Order: sequence, then structure tokens, then C-alpha cells
Amino acid sequence: MRLLEHQAKKQFAAWGIPIPASALYRAALSVPALKKKLGSFPWILKAQVYAGGRGKGGGIQKIKSGGELRTKARQLLGRPLITPQTGSDGVPVRSLLVEQGLTIQKEFYVSVLLDRTLGRPIVVASGEGGMSVEELAAERPEAILRLPFDPLVGLLPFEARRIAKGIGIPKAHLASAEKQLIALAAGFLASDASLAEINPWALTKEKGLLALDAKLTIDDSALYRQPALNPLKTADADSPAEAKSRRIGINYVGLDGTVGCMVNGAGLAMATMDLIKLHGGSPANFLDVGGGANVDQVREAFKLILSDKKVRAVLVNIFGGIMKCDVVAQGIIQAARTIRIGVPLVVRLEGTNVERGMEMLNRSGLGLITASDMNDAAQKVVQAAAP
Amino acid sequence: MSILLGSTIKVIVQGITGKAGGFHAAQMLEYGTPVVAGVTPGRGGERWEKKLPIFDSVAEAAEKTGATATGIFVPAPFGADAILEAAAAGLELIVVITEGIPARDMARVKRLVRQVSPLKNGPVIIGPNGPGLITPGQAKIGIMPGYIHTPGPVGLVSRSGTLTYEAVWQLTQRGLGQSTCVGIGGDSIPGTGFIEVLERFEKDPATKAVVLIGEIGGSAEEAAADYIREHFSKPVVAFVAGATAPKEKRMGHAGAVIAQGQGTHESKIKALKAAGVSIARNPSDIGETMAELFQNKDLIPALQ
Repeated sequence: MRLLEHQAKKQFAAWGIPIPASALYRAALSVPALKKKLGSFPWILKAQVYAGGRGKGGGIQKIKSGGELRTKARQLLGRPLITPQTGSDGVPVRSLLVEQGLTIQKEFYVSVLLDRTLGRPIVVASGEGGMSVEELAAERPEAILRLPFDPLVGLLPFEARRIAKGIGIPKAHLASAEKQLIALAAGFLASDASLAEINPWALTKEKGLLALDAKLTIDDSALYRQPALNPLKTADADSPAEAKSRRIGINYVGLDGTVGCMVNGAGLAMATMDLIKLHGGSPANFLDVGGGANVDQVREAFKLILSDKKVRAVLVNIFGGIMKCDVVAQGIIQAARTIRIGVPLVVRLEGTNVERGMEMLNRSGLGLITASDMNDAAQKVVQAAAP
Repeated sequence: MSILLGSTIKVIVQGITGKAGGFHAAQMLEYGTPVVAGVTPGRGGERWEKKLPIFDSVAEAAEKTGATATGIFVPAPFGADAILEAAAAGLELIVVITEGIPARDMARVKRLVRQVSPLKNGPVIIGPNGPGLITPGQAKIGIMPGYIHTPGPVGLVSRSGTLTYEAVWQLTQRGLGQSTCVGIGGDSIPGTGFIEVLERFEKDPATKAVVLIGEIGGSAEEAAADYIREHFSKPVVAFVAGATAPKEKRMGHAGAVIAQGQGTHESKIKALKAAGVSIARNPSDIGETMAELFQNKDLIPALQ
């Protein structure tokens, strides 16, 4: 689960990491009240979206007057924000953060994440903040410092000092940097984060070293024991369909194509998308109904696929293991009773109870297209979806 | 021959009184696996389905039955504890089916497992969040449908569940049986990676070739490619899922996400190709690609 910048900053501040003075924008806010909180102009107005590259898309604006604040806020809230990390449709901006403007002397980079190869948390830091770590890794890999630490004890003070010194934090700010690094590592562990990133970690004239931007991603598997963060989960969806999939309890990711997919298992679901593409089609979604889905989940998943108006044909690809083919068949038949399936439906079933499942579908009068294997199914569905 | 699991290894099931644990314990027994006991804290002394003794702890179960392997089906919040309990009891093979164990818990397991285990090199942990492992015709610890497998010369290692069944089915239909199939699981911190499994396949005389199934996210496929290039003598066919997956989106598996530019499909394919691995671009060609390899490499005698 991703957090928005202002949500992440709230966590960071609670961990003891300094952040700029800020307020969530509301049209009713009075400029004098904001001034009391943020100090005098300039202020920075920041679109709160999950995608990175906001600055390049015009999502971060310098504000020099109360009038400008209202105009720019209205502009940002009124249309989707397109950044290098969003699609060409952009993403809607639902909230804005207003922050005090600060004089930046130098920008650093720091993040904590789990190193998958080591199976350990690791601090990644650099004296060259501001740009994305991908760009930095590609252009100047030697400017990046990596230090794994023990998940049982957290980052030790001497390790924090080694990082701070290694990335060139000026002497006067070393103590603050050490404290912030230890706090970031501790907060990362305590909140079950998969990424806690400060970029830029800025040295400012007014407030010293602080988190100018903040990114925090929480391990979905650990949300059950993060009661304070759990309520933010429903907000983290790129579309209403994704939000709905969370409620149903299935894995769904919306895509741009025309072939709806329902598959069991994440690997098989990705492979099915890849196969559709190989045959010249384009998948409309990733959908993994999971290993132990029941009839209700299959029915709701099926309705979710059909609610996407781009979908011109649907492929059901099931290799039954725990998941039984007759359960899938029953879910599809139930869905067809409640909504009209106006597009061709190609079904490939294999594995546990395949005969019973196919028989149920054949008797249902749904007029579906059956396929002998995965390749055959993909070919047929791409053909069916062709304009 | 096989790796990790043979017909003589005694197995316990942790979480046997749960729905999934009970169902699959029965399936494992039916497949011929020597399942000798179950473990559920607080239920010690009872019998499971009138067939097997239930113990309160893994240590007790291991001591009384001589089991050296376990299949873990407990709910995710108790997953890490179940693994460490099995390790502390000296079990050699720990197969974790449980999905949704927090990554921090697996980091703790990795940190502690050798410390708590009486074994010199610690146990082998397969999973979590995978189908388990099967040596066709002998035994299985896991949830895969047994009937799609057949004994033979192809080893299989995979991050996926159902995609593995798909590949196995393709192999079986072409007369290519399997030595052992290992699902290392879809999480970002697996107990065992590709390389440790490949090392065992390299040493196993019954394994003549290997299918490797990867997916986007992390760099395990790239590391496996390096290992294959340097140390692996048997032919490998690979498929990597997720060519069409968008960046920064988690594709079902906790580990299947292209994050911060890491873990792309292109990078994995490039590395595997450079290591001389035969790439199946089409997931329905995995079996066929292996069949061609057997023809070209004169491995046909291995089939007889």
C-alpha cells in the first residue's frame, strides 16, 4: 500500500524526522491563518498523487500570493496530472499540500528498503539527491551507498554515522543526520514498510536537514497489524475498479487493452496477458482470482471485468489445483444471470473437476467459445476482440 | 533419484486441523507421502481423522515419529513462528505453503534460522507462498494436483504455482516426466532461491535438464543466469512471466513488482539468454521447447 506525500510526512514526523511546516489545502482556508502556520511567501503547492515525477508534470507550483494560491489550486484540482510515471490520461488530483518555501543549500537522497537478495533491510543513500534513484543508478552508480542492517536491532549509531559521512553531510549537521537515519530505519521496521524514502533529503537555510519529500509504502501482508495505517488502504487505488477488487478480495490491475482476463494464480495470469500480446491482442486487465476463490468471488470478479467498457472479449484461463473448475463455471453462470454478457467469452479449463465444469458451461446456454489449451484460447479471444 | 524429497522422508503437517492443512494432508497421503503426524498447539493428544497423532509442538512430533520434514499450512500471522519452531526442532526440510507472511517476518526468519537450528547448515526452507515440492511417483509436500505429474528426467523450479502446473502438464503430455518440481514461491524474500535448487539439480544424476519459471520483480533470475553460465552443465529452458506488466504495480504475488526500475522482464530475458538458456517466449511452448532440446542434445535415451 502506498501513502501520499502528506500521509507519509505525518508518519516521518512522528518518527522524529523534521519536515517543512505544511497544511492540507482547503478552499475555506484563510490566507492569514495559513501565514501563521507557514510563514511568509513563497509557499509551495504540491499535488498529492502516488505517481512520481510530479514536478515535471506541473504538479509542484511556487506560490507568491493568496490570489495565486486559489488560481493554481483550482487549476490543479480541475484536471488530471500527467507525469512521466503516469499514463497519457494522467491521474486525478484529489488533494493538495501547501508548504513553507525553504532555501535549499544541498539535496541528498536516502531510503530504506528490503534487499530481496540478502533478505535484509538496507539503507540506500547518496550525496546527489533530487533526481530519481533509477536515474542516479543508471548514470552515477558509484554515487550510491548501500548498507544492510540487522532487522532485529535496527540501524546502529556507528552505521548511521558511516552513511552520513559517506554521502558528504556537512559536519554541523552530522548529528542530526545520524538521528534521522536511525529514526527512518526504526520507523521502517515498526511500520512494516517495504520502502521509506526521503528525496530530496534537503539541507535548508531555515530549518537545517529535513525531509522535503516523503515516500512510504507498506507491506500489504502486514496491514493486519498496522491498525493506524490500515484505514488508508482503500484510498490507494488507481481506479474505482481497483478499489472494488480490494473489497472482493482478488488481485486486479487495470490496463489499456480490450481483452478481459480471468485467471487463477499470479504467474499464470501474467503469462496469459503476455500470450494475448504475442497473438496481437492487448490485455484489459490483470486478474488473479486466487487459489481458494469461492463462487461469489468468481461472480464478482467476472462482473468487474465486464464493467470495463473497453473490453470486447473475455478470456477465462483456469488451471485447477485447489481451485476447482466447477466452482469457476458456477461463478460465471451466476454472473450471467445478473448481468448481460454482451461480448464473446472464451473459456479454457484444465485440472481439478474439469469435466464437470465444462459440462456445466456447455449446458448453460451461454454460447461460449471453448479452447483446447492456453495457446488456442489466446488465439480465439484475440480474434473475437478484433474490431 | 530426485532432490530434497524422496519416498522415505517422514513428514509432519503444521496446521493439520485447519481446512487447507487437513485437505492437503489427505491429498499428500493419497499420493503416497509418508505423513506421520500433525501439529496444532493446544490439540496435542487428539487424532486427526482417526489416522494420525496430533502433537502440541514440532519438537514433540519430531521426537516421537522421527519426522525430518514439514509442510506448513498455518495462518500468515503465525507463519514465521511455525518456521522457526520447525527449525529449532531440527527438521531438515521446511515447506511453507502459507500465503501472506509479512516480509519483515521472513527477514527475521532468515536472520534467526541458523541460530535456532541444531543442524550445521540449518534447514532448507521452500516457500512461502508457493505450491510446495513434488518428486513425481514418490511423494509431495504441497498443494499441486498430483495426477498432472509423471516421473522422468526434467527438474523444474518456479516462482509461480498454477503456471508451474501448466508447464508440468505440457511436459507430461509430451512424454517428458519430471525428477522433482520445486515452487520457491512468489514472495519477495523466499526461503530458498533459484540457485540453491539449481545446485541440487546439478548434482542429481536423474535430472537431465531443467525448466526455470521466473517472473518480474527482484533480480533472482539475473543471479540464476550468472550461476548457470558459470556452474550449470545441464540444458535449461526458461519462461519469465510479466512481459506486459506495468511498472510499479504489484501483480498478485508480493514479489512481482517492477520497483525503482528493478526487476524488468527485459533485464531477466537478456541475462538468461546470455547464459545460454533456451527462452520460451510463449508460455504454451515451454513443453515443446524442452522437447526440442531433448532431440537436439541427444538426451532421448534419458527418456527410456
